[in-house]
Amino acid sequence: MAIKRPDGRKQHELREIKAKIDVVPNADGSAMFAFGKTVAIAAVYGPRQLHPQHMQDPSTGILRVNYDLLSFSVGDRKKPGPSRRSSEISKVTEWALEPALDLKAFPNSVIDVQIYILQADAGTRTAGINAASMALAHAGIPMKDLICSVAIGKNDKELIVDLNKEEEDFKEGEGATDFALAKLANSDAFTLMQMDGKIQPELVKEVLKLAAEASKHIYEAQKKALKEVVEENEK
Amino acid sequence: MTGMETSNLTKEKLRKMFAEGKRFDGRELLESRDFEIEYDVSNKAEGSARIKMGKTDVIVGVKMQVGEPYPDSPDEGNLMVSSDLLPMASPRYESGPPKFDAIELPRLVDRAIRASDIIDFKKLVIEEGKKVWTIVADIYPINDDGNIIEASSLAALAALKNAVFPEIDKEGKVDYDKKTKNKLPLAKEIIPISFSFYKLGDSIILDPTREEEEACDARITFGISNWNKQIMLNSCQKKGKAILTSEEIEKIMEIIPKKFEEFNKKLKKFL
Repeated sequence: MAIKRPDGRKQHELREIKAKIDVVPNADGSAMFAFGKTVAIAAVYGPRQLHPQHMQDPSTGILRVNYDLLSFSVGDRKKPGPSRRSSEISKVTEWALEPALDLKAFPNSVIDVQIYILQADAGTRTAGINAASMALAHAGIPMKDLICSVAIGKNDKELIVDLNKEEEDFKEGEGATDFALAKLANSDAFTLMQMDGKIQPELVKEVLKLAAEASKHIYEAQKKALKEVVEENEK
Repeated sequence: MTGMETSNLTKEKLRKMFAEGKRFDGRELLESRDFEIEYDVSNKAEGSARIKMGKTDVIVGVKMQVGEPYPDSPDEGNLMVSSDLLPMASPRYESGPPKFDAIELPRLVDRAIRASDIIDFKKLVIEEGKKVWTIVADIYPINDDGNIIEASSLAALAALKNAVFPEIDKEGKVDYDKKTKNKLPLAKEIIPISFSFYKLGDSIILDPTREEEEACDARITFGISNWNKQIMLNSCQKKGKAILTSEEIEKIMEIIPKKFEEFNKKLKKFL
């Protein structure tokens, strides 16, 4: 039996994706990525020399991510500035993106990725990772692949793709599970796994499959946006 | 997890040994160290427990505080987990503002406990919309020889089970010198445990020592509990820049129920 989702989507359907490149002209690369009402922008600066100098590593460059919500992007105003939540998401985003990069090519350098959420309706870290992955490509940083990120959810016993806020707050039966994943677009390599809720271990196999399937759509949207900007520049 | 603290030589040696299924201390790759839990570490705390797991030694203390509920949950009390990675416990810990590990540890312990539904937050209400109990669990590693997330989760569970409410006097003030006999509203059948799997090369190990932990390229931590007679994953977080394949994740999913049973048996002695 097909389950009913609050916004009328099919069980394994993503929200509408919007992807756009070059949203911050000052940055070396930038992108916007939206899952329905969740909107993230990302800007990349670098590779550039890392300061303070004592943090420099002659064996490799480093990736430094800063993720945050804009104060008005959520219901109750969020106090500006980093929180424990945003520090954690910044860090997991770093780990999610790094496998796509070859940082050894940039000794003593840093690649700074800034991610901000304009509108939060669940899935902000995944939208942020998708935007950041596009922004890194736009900045011309050599990448092995793009990173695609999506949350697979569970409401009671049903697995759903890309849950929105209403689905994230679902309370009946086994409640809501939010499983955020990221992977290299073209290989079986998961780079982000973060989850909260209640899910049986035997369902995880299906979660990975759904994430891989959803990633294909995300990848197409990312590629399309990147191609558009190349064509734009050639005009 | 950068591996900077462990020499490349040690890392390479460990990678080779793990590939052959061997470890420095003779354990198998998925073999956990035995642990002991002791209670009432501090009689000022409303509950406390200390775990020793190999040379890893962690204390968790529980204090009960009265405060206002959050506006979005006027009929629920709260849980707050925090930790301080004391410079005493490891040469790797430094004083000063908390580094990422000190932020991540209590968040992982918090999520594993909270998402398991072991705490009935509705029973922490003193006066709806006005006054509720907040359970504060503070984690202090005394000696970190690896895997403090697992150790801290077990100690936090034990400390919660050990805790009682303090008395509230007529004016509504908490009298911390007088303890009631009332235990916290915890579901008896729910046992939240946390496991961290570490990856080095193509090998996956459990319960690393500090040296092994530092050599590894990735970690994935799961909060697990039994809920409605089923084993449930309650939380998950991957750390580190190495990737995990679906095959590796599926293998971990097969190990989890077995490990959960093993730890449930071991815990019976202490809970």
